[in-house]
Amino acid sequence: MDTIFALASARGKAGVSVVRISGPKAHETVIRLCGSLPEPRKVSLRSLYDQNGEILDRALVVIFHTGHSFTGEETAELHLHGSVATVNTVLRQLGSLDGLRMAEPGEFTRRALDNDRLDLAQVEGLSDLIEAETEAQRKQAMRVFTGALTDKAEKWRADLIRAAALIEATIDFVDEDVPIDVRPEVLNLITGVSTELQKESRGIGIAERVREGFEVAIVGAPNTGKSTLLNYLSGRDAAITSEIAGTTRDVIEVRMDIGGIPITLLDTAGVRDTDDTIEAIGVQRTLKRAQQADIRVFLLDAAGDTPILPPVQGDVMRVAKGDLLANCNQSVSGLTGMGVQTMLDEIVKELERRVASVGVSIKERHRTALNRAVAALKIASSEVLAGEDRSDIAAEELRGAIVALDSLVGRVDVEHILDEIFSRFCIGK
Amino acid sequence: MFHVKHSKYDVVVIGGGHAGVEAALAASRMCARTALITLTFDGVGVMSCNPAIGGLGKGHLVREIDALDGVMGHAADAAGIQFRLLNRRKGPAVQGPRAQADRKLYRQAIQQAVRSADMLDVIVGEVVDLITEREKLTGVLLADGSHVPAGTVVLTTGTFLRGVIHIGSETRPGGRWGDAPSNRLAERLDDLDLDLGRLKTGTPPRLDGTSIDWDKLQRQQGDEDPTMFSFLSEKPAVRQIDCGITHTNEKTHDIIRDNLSKSAMYGGKIDGVGPRYCPSIEDKIVRFADKSSHQVFLEPEGLDDDTVYPNGISTSLPADVQLNYVQSIAGLEAAKILQPGYAIEYDYVDPRCLDSSLALPKIDGLYLAGQINGTTGYEEAAAQGMVAGLNAACRARGKPPILFSRAQSYIGVMVDDLVTRGVNEPYRMFTSRAEYRLSLRADNADQRLTPLGIELGCVSGRRRVQFERKREYLDQAVSRLGSMSFTPKQLGEKGIVVNHDGTRRSGLDLLSYQTISFEDLLYLDPRLEDIGHDTRVQVARDAIYASYVDRQRLDIAALERDQMLIIPRDFDFHVVSGLSNELRAKLTATRPDNLGQASRIEGMTPAALTLLLAKIRQARRRKSA
Repeated sequence: MDTIFALASARGKAGVSVVRISGPKAHETVIRLCGSLPEPRKVSLRSLYDQNGEILDRALVVIFHTGHSFTGEETAELHLHGSVATVNTVLRQLGSLDGLRMAEPGEFTRRALDNDRLDLAQVEGLSDLIEAETEAQRKQAMRVFTGALTDKAEKWRADLIRAAALIEATIDFVDEDVPIDVRPEVLNLITGVSTELQKESRGIGIAERVREGFEVAIVGAPNTGKSTLLNYLSGRDAAITSEIAGTTRDVIEVRMDIGGIPITLLDTAGVRDTDDTIEAIGVQRTLKRAQQADIRVFLLDAAGDTPILPPVQGDVMRVAKGDLLANCNQSVSGLTGMGVQTMLDEIVKELERRVASVGVSIKERHRTALNRAVAALKIASSEVLAGEDRSDIAAEELRGAIVALDSLVGRVDVEHILDEIFSRFCIGK
Repeated sequence: MFHVKHSKYDVVVIGGGHAGVEAALAASRMCARTALITLTFDGVGVMSCNPAIGGLGKGHLVREIDALDGVMGHAADAAGIQFRLLNRRKGPAVQGPRAQADRKLYRQAIQQAVRSADMLDVIVGEVVDLITEREKLTGVLLADGSHVPAGTVVLTTGTFLRGVIHIGSETRPGGRWGDAPSNRLAERLDDLDLDLGRLKTGTPPRLDGTSIDWDKLQRQQGDEDPTMFSFLSEKPAVRQIDCGITHTNEKTHDIIRDNLSKSAMYGGKIDGVGPRYCPSIEDKIVRFADKSSHQVFLEPEGLDDDTVYPNGISTSLPADVQLNYVQSIAGLEAAKILQPGYAIEYDYVDPRCLDSSLALPKIDGLYLAGQINGTTGYEEAAAQGMVAGLNAACRARGKPPILFSRAQSYIGVMVDDLVTRGVNEPYRMFTSRAEYRLSLRADNADQRLTPLGIELGCVSGRRRVQFERKREYLDQAVSRLGSMSFTPKQLGEKGIVVNHDGTRRSGLDLLSYQTISFEDLLYLDPRLEDIGHDTRVQVARDAIYASYVDRQRLDIAALERDQMLIIPRDFDFHVVSGLSNELRAKLTATRPDNLGQASRIEGMTPAALTLLLAKIRQARRRKSA
């Protein structure tokens, strides 16, 4: 039996959001998140961490033992701060754990029913609940299945059915007039779908960024005017008034909205070689943080200087303290505001480009499905390559991928595969 | 044997085809007093279509029938004149045994089994009516006016219900070439108000083998090392032969195209739906117009029989056109037609009105098996016959039904497909229908089903002893291999290369690698030498799929849990508020036996399933309260 989890309270901004976990690994999961198991049925305040030890949230945690919970199974509840970003991060962390998956609609109720944990009055209320759940699901599906994704999903479906049909035809109709080597076509189809699924899956990552905000890091050597630029952009003395404690003291975050896109601006410590151990650690963290940011604004002492990190596509390069320069081309000044607007335009343009490439599907569930399908397709292609004697395994992995994509491409039945075979090949000796 | 005065039987089987024979033999193995009613004894065990048994999916079914001691595998082994294991070069899960059978030898083997069965009488006669008392079946009425009292009845009418044979514009009633249809029985079934449909199938003309120029033709030989159907057989019983292969050509296609309007099928005379995987030659030429040639297999029908079955050119064209196109094919220029090809249309009962034991809940004690349920093929018919026969015997004895699960057998897959999804063309088994294909292999049919047979008491002492010995060898080998343990370094020293990941591996783990054979393990432990060849092969086959079988265990557990949740026969789906009208209608039409079947209905969601479960629980509690 899988351990399932879901947001039990309503979606969206709220004071508190409750995530419920039920199944044999519920308590193990709590230990992984907060280090130890709180006393059952008592509310405890705990910090939740991800696998890298990064804090996810401070939350109220309650656990229940088997036979003493809503579902009758071992369960846990996490009462999180009610922000969409926090909830999504925690849900994603849960989804990455082995043996855990997001619950299907009605699945908690089903387990409660299986374990005889619902009384008749509750059963009476179930129809309404399920109707509501179905309606919610339908609306969600409508949201997801508009426009581009519908077309994409249709194509994935057709390609996967075709790939499965080719393999199945060589298995079930070996004595018939079907091509003997279907591998090139199958590989082509699988690779095509897999590439698109990966793109879609990455797109979901950007979609979350759109909600949470992009990170733009200002980096450069000490004394290049990074803090001045930050303060100019935020329009106030950010370093003092809006300081948000990060993992290190030397990265300052300011949230702002530029051109309608939420952005977190990072002011980092100046990077230089140092013998000071503490400062060296700070510099390292700065570099790490800057690497993880979506865009880096490099402030250079002079045009043509080598930036402290290898720039990637979309990064912005400016000569610092433009107010002091005679030739102010490609320079910026936090003191006078000179060149700030063109710099911002450049950043916004780049972010808009990324937002536009965001896949249309936005649900964590879909991302899990996409990733599972991608993994299965990867094995399927290597089994296809391994040769004819592994075609049963290749077919099994392909089937796994199709099942994983069920919610996106719709249920694929053996009849659909047979339809494809019979319309394509003249079967019947 | 042959009786005139009829005493009361536990089980009466109507029909002596593949379904009827397995049903009657299965019931008799269950020690039920059984009668098989057939129009002629000669007709028992006749192969009315192509002279072959097995294939992909079908071969799996034959192995499963054999694992429960049915007769089909034995008869095919006794009559096999060419054995081929299909997909020999692919993984064992998709290998299917197939054989050409000598028609006469096959029939004789079946008739011999029927004659020698204990508890089984054969009655020659035509059943014209089912006798019921208050919706409970009490017996059958024969055309001669005699009455055969019965506790349960298995109806296996094949293509005989309102059968109509078409050759060109010629139409005549018939259940099979040379046999009359069963129309009185069909009228009786009308009274039961069942959902009937119309299906169609076809056969090619039969050729005189002495008129074929075999020297011009490509040959297809059997396997050098033949694979038998029955777990108890060792080698073919009779001389082995080759089949011939030829091809249609543009001229053949022109002849057919020019005469399409004379075809019964294309002349609009047939309403029944034919199988897409067994199209007529007319169909092939119309639907695949770009193909300039189709394969034709020339299959001899027997060792001392010159009849040849040209597999691939079934037709409903007039006889003279048939001769014309046949003679346009290489090697068949002088071919004589012994019997023209024909299409046959017949009634079938929508199998969704059956439960998983193949009983028709409407009439207490009535079971349906074979083509009447919309299937095609000897193997599909035989497997259903076995299910119906076992269950009819259980019911007659007041024992609970024997149900086959999708996770356990192809038989279970087929029955479940039939009763939950129905058919829209004649249903044939394919391996792709089995979602647990990697576990449901032809080679382990005995491991999957013989224990059930032993428990039921429907397998012979000989099979039981042999199977238990086999399983003991397997268990021992598995436990020895499983307790071996090697580090990657130890393996490397013996020349076996695995990832240096610090994981210790057992003999079973090693066998799951594509590149490691049982023989490689002998370097690690020479004492394994004493494990016999058959055991080595079987352990290795099991090991290939071990990780997949493990992964499927969760799915299977969920499936079996849902199968245990029985939906009462009288449950009213209309009272379930919250379900869509579409789902409600589907549930009412299909009447799933359990929640597992309900879950496979198209459009069903986990939420709707939960609701259904809640309402069923509630209804049951209300009842018991």
